[in-house]
Amino acid sequence: MDNKKISIRVQNLTKCFGSGEAKTCAVKNVSLDIYYGEMLYIVGPSGSGKTTFLSLISGVLRPDNGKVIVKDTDIWSLDTDSLARFRLNNIGFVFQDYHLFPRLSVLENVAIPLILKGEDWNKAINLAKEKLQMAQLPESKYELPAYKLSGGEQQRVAIARALATNPTILALDEPTAALDGDTGKKVMQLIKERMLTPERTILVITHDSRIFEDATRIVHMEDGVIKEASLNEIH
Amino acid sequence: MNLKGLGTIAIKLLTGDSGKFFTLIMGVGFAVFLMLQMTSVFFGVIAKSGSTIYDTGADMWVMDKSVDNSKDNIPLPDYVLDYARSLPGVLYAAPIYVGAGTVKLPNGRYQAVDIVGLDDVSLMGRPIMIKGNINDIYSSYAFIAIKDADLKKLGNVHIGSTFEINDHKGVIVGFGKNPMSGLFGNPTLYTTYTRATEDLPTTRFTISYVLLKIKSPKYIPEIKKAIDKLGYRALTSKEFTKVNAHFYTFKTGFGMNVLIMTLVSFIVGLSIAGQTFYTFVLENLEKFGALKAIGATRKELVFIIVIQAVLVGFVGYGVGVLLSSSMIALGHLKIPNYAAMLGYGNMLAALVMVVFITAFASFLGVRKVLKVEAFEVFRG
Ligand SMILES: Nc1ncnc2c1ncn2[C@@H]1O[C@H](COP(=O)(O)OP(=O)(O)OP(=O)(O)O)[C@@H](O)[C@H]1O
Ligand SMILES: [Mg+2]
Repeated sequence: MDNKKISIRVQNLTKCFGSGEAKTCAVKNVSLDIYYGEMLYIVGPSGSGKTTFLSLISGVLRPDNGKVIVKDTDIWSLDTDSLARFRLNNIGFVFQDYHLFPRLSVLENVAIPLILKGEDWNKAINLAKEKLQMAQLPESKYELPAYKLSGGEQQRVAIARALATNPTILALDEPTAALDGDTGKKVMQLIKERMLTPERTILVITHDSRIFEDATRIVHMEDGVIKEASLNEIH
Repeated sequence: MNLKGLGTIAIKLLTGDSGKFFTLIMGVGFAVFLMLQMTSVFFGVIAKSGSTIYDTGADMWVMDKSVDNSKDNIPLPDYVLDYARSLPGVLYAAPIYVGAGTVKLPNGRYQAVDIVGLDDVSLMGRPIMIKGNINDIYSSYAFIAIKDADLKKLGNVHIGSTFEINDHKGVIVGFGKNPMSGLFGNPTLYTTYTRATEDLPTTRFTISYVLLKIKSPKYIPEIKKAIDKLGYRALTSKEFTKVNAHFYTFKTGFGMNVLIMTLVSFIVGLSIAGQTFYTFVLENLEKFGALKAIGATRKELVFIIVIQAVLVGFVGYGVGVLLSSSMIALGHLKIPNYAAMLGYGNMLAALVMVVFITAFASFLGVRKVLKVEAFEVFRG
């Protein structure tokens, strides 16, 4: 992997919650290089700090210590609004429970990041269509309010939304947790085949061993510390 | 900032759940309704309590210094009238008698009435005649009755009806109306000053007020000073209305209670509307968190909330105004002398309150939203 370009460089990252007796450190002095073209899985037991780690490196949770450099930008040196803009343009999220806007239509949900980016309404809706096609959601669902979709369909909408601004980084937290095995597998294959490009990095947190085979690299997290793990080791 | 796109999103987020939106609008609408209703009743009652001042049409009123409402009739000696007539700036001055009497009805029952005695010469403060001739007021035992909802308390009266008033004979010679009807539900009878003060034995034999018509408003301070020197008080109609309103607001249990209820309605209205909107923001906190995580700036989040607050505020206000104007219209239709008045004053007051409420609620909402960690949303 030495010849690959680094997309995210994590240096001595630490994050603790609480204070005194109750103080727990969810991420402890973690350093890691992540590359373009990677589909990196972060696995580990519950409470080991995976979500915390992903939040720190994707700019939604401020670390106590350490640096996160995404595409040559030290993201935690940015002010709140610049960081928000950086996320909008460079990092797409698929939240564990999707966090779609249930009463907005599927198209509107996907259009939101584009609206934030300043696109006018019609253009945003048209771009949203492209993304939804890419996420392979049947066109008959585009006008439905998001809450009327099945879990797997909502997942596709969430993916389309995450990709709306063509971000370099795609971060997914437990993307298959709410899906049955087959659907989960299909979604992950879709992501790997259609969204993983040499210019993109995909970060996936998962418990789900059935989808491990889609990873290009797996790191293991335990008690706030990251260890490289070979694919064989995991299996 | 993409104002149009964000505005559209804000509105869609707000109205998407029509059930919730309806609840929200009804919450604010009901609060506005409550405020408008109470203030309308309050202003209506206060305005009606001063109807005599308004109806008389005098520029200024001369009265005893201890008078604090228009129903007071603390007698003035005759020389006050002469003195007022002698003042520069006074076009003319006329006495008026305002008092109460008792009418014995044909069925043997008694009915309290308001009696107004008009200056025999000028008839200043006369009502608008709707039936009969004002000059008939000079004939013997003549009274002019005001045709309002209270008149039927005297039974079926018509021109020529006779009755007994304070053990004297009375005859109805005509009917009149006043621009503003009074608050207290007694029939009103007009007669001449002379008869009111001399023929009706239980009443005082003196002037209640001296009414002034003045040459120009610039004489007002001078007139006031002169009357004050004499030991009495001269007020413009406007001032007297204020004094009277103050009396009913603060010195009668009734006014005080309505005032307190009005204030309570404001507080209740405030908290209902504020609470409803704030709850809406709280319920949507995770959505705002998601927007934040995706990359909305603080300004954009604030913009979305403010748009929503303004929309809820104005639609709710409209609903409230509609509710309360139809309620008041219904009241006027069904209840004689219904006092509530929906004026620009209280509509504006309610609007100011709504703006205040929504601003406050959105301030709380914004604070909450700006504080929410996108991470919390992320964690699920
Ligand atoms: N806001 C917080 N306040 C206090 N402690 C927190 C907070 N967020 C996370 N933690 C703690 O940090 C540790 C790591 O949490 P995290 O959510 O990152 O784990 P995880 O590996 O994602 O677990 P799971 O697989 O269950 O999602 C846990 O002990 C958790 O209790
Ligand atoms: Mg987690």
